[in-house]
Amino acid sequence: MITRRTALAAGLAAPFVANGRVRAQAPSRNETLLLIQEYGPNSLDMQGIGASQPVNGVALNCYDRLLRFKPVPIPGGGGHQVAMTELEGELAESWQVASDGMSCTFTLREARFHSGRLVTARDVKWSLDRAVSIGGFATTQMNAGSLEKPEQFVALDDRTFRVDFARRDKLTMPNLAVTIPFVFDSELARRNGGDDPWAKEWLKNNVAGSGAFKVESWKPGVETVYVRNDAWASGRRPSLRRVIARDIASPSTRRALIERGDADISYGLPPKDFKDLIDGGKVKVVGVPIPNGVWSLYLNTKVGPFADVRLRQAVAWAVPYEKILQASLFGRGVAMSGGPETPRVAWPQPFPYRPDPARAKALAAAAAPGGFATTLLFDAGNATVAEPMAVLIKEALAPLGIAVEITKVPGSNFRGEIGKKTNPMVLNRFAGWLDYPDYYLFWTLHGNNSIFNIASYQNPELDRLVDAARFTSDPAAYDRSVIDFVSLVEREVPMVPIAQPTHDVAMQKTIGGYQFQPCREPDFRYLTKG
Amino acid sequence: MSAGPLLDPAPGPRPQSGLGATLAHARYVVSGNPVTALAFGLLLLLVLCAVLGPALAPYDPLASDTAAALNPPSLAHPFGTDQLGRDILSRVVAAARLDLAIAVFSVALVFAVGGLAGLAAGYFGGWTDRVVGRIADTIMAFPLFVLAMGIVAALGNTVTNIVLATAIINVPLYARLARAEAAVRRNAGFVLAARLTGNSEIRILLTGILPNILPLMMVQMSLTMGYAILNAAGLSFIGLGVRPPTPEWGIMVAEGAGFIVSGEWWIALFPGLALMIAVFCFNLIGDGLRDIVDPQRRT
Amino acid sequence: MLRLVADRLITTVPALVGVIVVCFLLTRVLPGDTAAYFAGPTATPQAIEQIRRELGLDRPLPEQFARYVADLARGDLGQSLTTGQPVAADLRARLPASAELTLFGLVLSLIVAIPLGITAAVRQGSMVDHACRIVATTGVSLPVFFTGLLLVTVFYFLLGWAPAPLGRLDTFASPPPELTGFYLVDSLAAGDLETFRAALAQIALPGITLAIFALAPIARITRAAMLAVLASDFIRTARAAGLSGRTVVITYAFRNAMLPVVTTLGMVFSFLLGANVLVEKVFAWPGVGSYAVEALIASDFAPVQGFVLAMAILYIALNLLIDLTYGVIDPRTASAA
Repeated sequence: MITRRTALAAGLAAPFVANGRVRAQAPSRNETLLLIQEYGPNSLDMQGIGASQPVNGVALNCYDRLLRFKPVPIPGGGGHQVAMTELEGELAESWQVASDGMSCTFTLREARFHSGRLVTARDVKWSLDRAVSIGGFATTQMNAGSLEKPEQFVALDDRTFRVDFARRDKLTMPNLAVTIPFVFDSELARRNGGDDPWAKEWLKNNVAGSGAFKVESWKPGVETVYVRNDAWASGRRPSLRRVIARDIASPSTRRALIERGDADISYGLPPKDFKDLIDGGKVKVVGVPIPNGVWSLYLNTKVGPFADVRLRQAVAWAVPYEKILQASLFGRGVAMSGGPETPRVAWPQPFPYRPDPARAKALAAAAAPGGFATTLLFDAGNATVAEPMAVLIKEALAPLGIAVEITKVPGSNFRGEIGKKTNPMVLNRFAGWLDYPDYYLFWTLHGNNSIFNIASYQNPELDRLVDAARFTSDPAAYDRSVIDFVSLVEREVPMVPIAQPTHDVAMQKTIGGYQFQPCREPDFRYLTKG
Repeated sequence: MSAGPLLDPAPGPRPQSGLGATLAHARYVVSGNPVTALAFGLLLLLVLCAVLGPALAPYDPLASDTAAALNPPSLAHPFGTDQLGRDILSRVVAAARLDLAIAVFSVALVFAVGGLAGLAAGYFGGWTDRVVGRIADTIMAFPLFVLAMGIVAALGNTVTNIVLATAIINVPLYARLARAEAAVRRNAGFVLAARLTGNSEIRILLTGILPNILPLMMVQMSLTMGYAILNAAGLSFIGLGVRPPTPEWGIMVAEGAGFIVSGEWWIALFPGLALMIAVFCFNLIGDGLRDIVDPQRRT
Repeated sequence: MLRLVADRLITTVPALVGVIVVCFLLTRVLPGDTAAYFAGPTATPQAIEQIRRELGLDRPLPEQFARYVADLARGDLGQSLTTGQPVAADLRARLPASAELTLFGLVLSLIVAIPLGITAAVRQGSMVDHACRIVATTGVSLPVFFTGLLLVTVFYFLLGWAPAPLGRLDTFASPPPELTGFYLVDSLAAGDLETFRAALAQIALPGITLAIFALAPIARITRAAMLAVLASDFIRTARAAGLSGRTVVITYAFRNAMLPVVTTLGMVFSFLLGANVLVEKVFAWPGVGSYAVEALIASDFAPVQGFVLAMAILYIALNLLIDLTYGVIDPRTASAA
């Protein structure tokens, strides 16, 4: 008897048979990876406005870029991270920077989109044009590497593509390897885009890429299922055939699943759980100090009590750095205190401050003898780490006569709050994709006053030093500028760096090939199982 | 909407009794009902904690001691310590005041608003009745916790708003209860007599009818107190609770919940137990009170 | 009968209007600037202002309300920022999961609570009565999320009896062909016992968590209703006529006591829908409750108000159904209406 189900299966299999291809067996559990994460993508288009953090994973695994960062071993073992300055070709087979240093010409490899069509230079141009024109985060990220106008992108022929530099900017090339400038199947997108030249609505719900994985199904808020693209040409064929990424909101549940072996790999557990998992030894935890990432206490330099630099310094002398590292991050990070008087060329790095109640009290007494009340704000989504941090800061500031009220603000409202730039104290973790000190400060303290300049810091001297570092090609001048602006920030403390957190991932011992990417999303292309 | 108050499927007039008789009856009920007696005992303990609070706590409930973080229960810390090394016993004791306050204020508010509105609706009838009925219907149309969630999210998570939300979602219950009781009595003999002797309607309502429905209200208030504490705990769990580091049972359970799987069970367990005992008390007392105010039900 | 339904439907209109107004107000006072969110973290104030205009957020409130109602009439509940999908589609996809869980919990609770209530009433004042009270009251005194986590820890993490709390089915199993959207029903309809077992295993713990919570109100109302009926004259007559205690309790008393129990079910259901929000979060249940909570935490208000609205309408419909059932059980109310 033919049941409805088998008949349906036969019908589904028919096209494959007709194509003359033999359909392989369904992927076994050994070839399927079960990933659990707090929440999944809200779109499939990382260039789109409002795309959430996990959408980077879709961009990474389902699309290709011209270039990618070269994997280098993590010093402590356990997998690979990336080298910012060493790039390798993804869609580009080779590339050549012009002798005047003002353009770069790429030769594309023979890669095919999931639709079967060859990737051409026109697709690359369309995609990069889209990234610089679409607005929102994608455009800002492109601009950070001086990729600003469609005129900079030239398709010379089907397989040759040129990027003209707007200025000498050491970030231009690495910025082509982040998750934003990925390449769409422009014909497919335009055909389905309707009136919209950038097919925003269609690409939000459909993948039109050439990447190592395709999206088999996407249930927003529940799970995303990826299958391998066996025709992937831009790298070694991944060993995983299928990846199921489940959204599990409760961190306890995520921990239980990984600890009992029901899930293969888990992102985003509270630091306490990573510490316990390391101590327990049943699963493997790979940690990388987040490059260019640090938890900081931002003190508003424009309005409120902390416009007085003495009070900012008082706070910096009062924050219990080591206590916070232990009680809030459970040691999964590096405390940013007790650094040398003269800074190194690095970011983040420990500032010279350490808990010194006498000094803190003296400064506070001089600036605000009667004490004052203020508020400390953080994103409720980060409460696991930020709340204990905030409570310890509140406790440490009480002896200085500073009464702190703690305010948790939910999700998108947090952005609204920091956008106002009126909150006296804000705890936030900011991490830049491109690991350069000038890049970090460009976002967080520069006079351009981006939303992440939570302290509302405006100082022409700092701007001058940061800009000098960004555009110089002289290593010695660069180092000088960095040391100068870090010293300046150490004196002025518009932000008090607290700890550089570790980016941890827990996985079963059978999982190998872990690859850390600056976007901090899982890279399925390298992972292995069994 | 479903007809009639939830907890009193067959309301009816009941014999009036003097204070002395009630007390005697209460003694009788408590002696015959060990569970209610137990509940009263536990409540006394909680009230003691709430009143003496900080004086009873062995440590400062807000003081952190990161060197002693996450210690299991011991002689020094009978309930253990939390993530920041704060003494859980002290926090549980200190939280009694806030939690009982949330319960008491919510109930007072809902009684004042819902009870009086229902009273007026039942007594005056007409458009008063219709307006109160419509508002109650609208509120009742929402799943209660969901509405509370929306209100606190909209107004901001402060203790005041938690109290407000808890009161709002309970308004229909009180309004219906009071309405049913008032409607039964609006044409009772003593009311007609009061009216004939020239008493104003408001005066009759407040001095004639209100005292008569108070006993039944007491039952409901006791149950609502328990519910208010649970409601606050639920809101805390989804991140809409009181502000840190204020000790409150619900938020302590919510915070501790993350530590159950990793083996630090005491962080959630002890505040959870305190919370349970409090709600348990109020529920049992509610039941016991019903036996007192409604002797008919006991036969 | 049709007349009755029509009359009853008309009485729900004011509540419905009230619900829509409240939902609208909720969206306007919920913190979180949608325009700022859409514009992204690096947007200029001008860009935010432009998006605000596009979304119509700069119009006067009455106009916004008219738009809102017009959108509702078209079944448009707005767009979720967290999932990127239309809220109506999200709710449709997730509603069966919540409904199945809530009903499962309710049925489970009825199975336990009704006998418990009857026993307590029949042996009023005995130790059994007190024990019933304590059991039921303990259940309702525990915060649901706490019960849920405790069950997960004990039965999944420590004992390993329950499957991983990963939603409605094991990760590697596929759902049964859709019929009702209830996996338990659909798998049985398809004759797929294995899937049925898998779905049952997944729903067991969250279902029990909900059932424990609903135990007290149902047991309490059953006990009270039974007491009232047992004290009535016709029962005394039946007893005096020499009918056995069992017959009296089951056949006569219980049937009459059912009325208030059925009326209360609407209330209990509302109670459970609220509790559901928390239970779904603990068990990663892909229902509307967890959806709303996640959205709430992200101040993504379209799903929150869509959820509140959907739940309110569901609840109104359910109460309508209960009232009609009531009319069937007790013909007196039908004639009185």
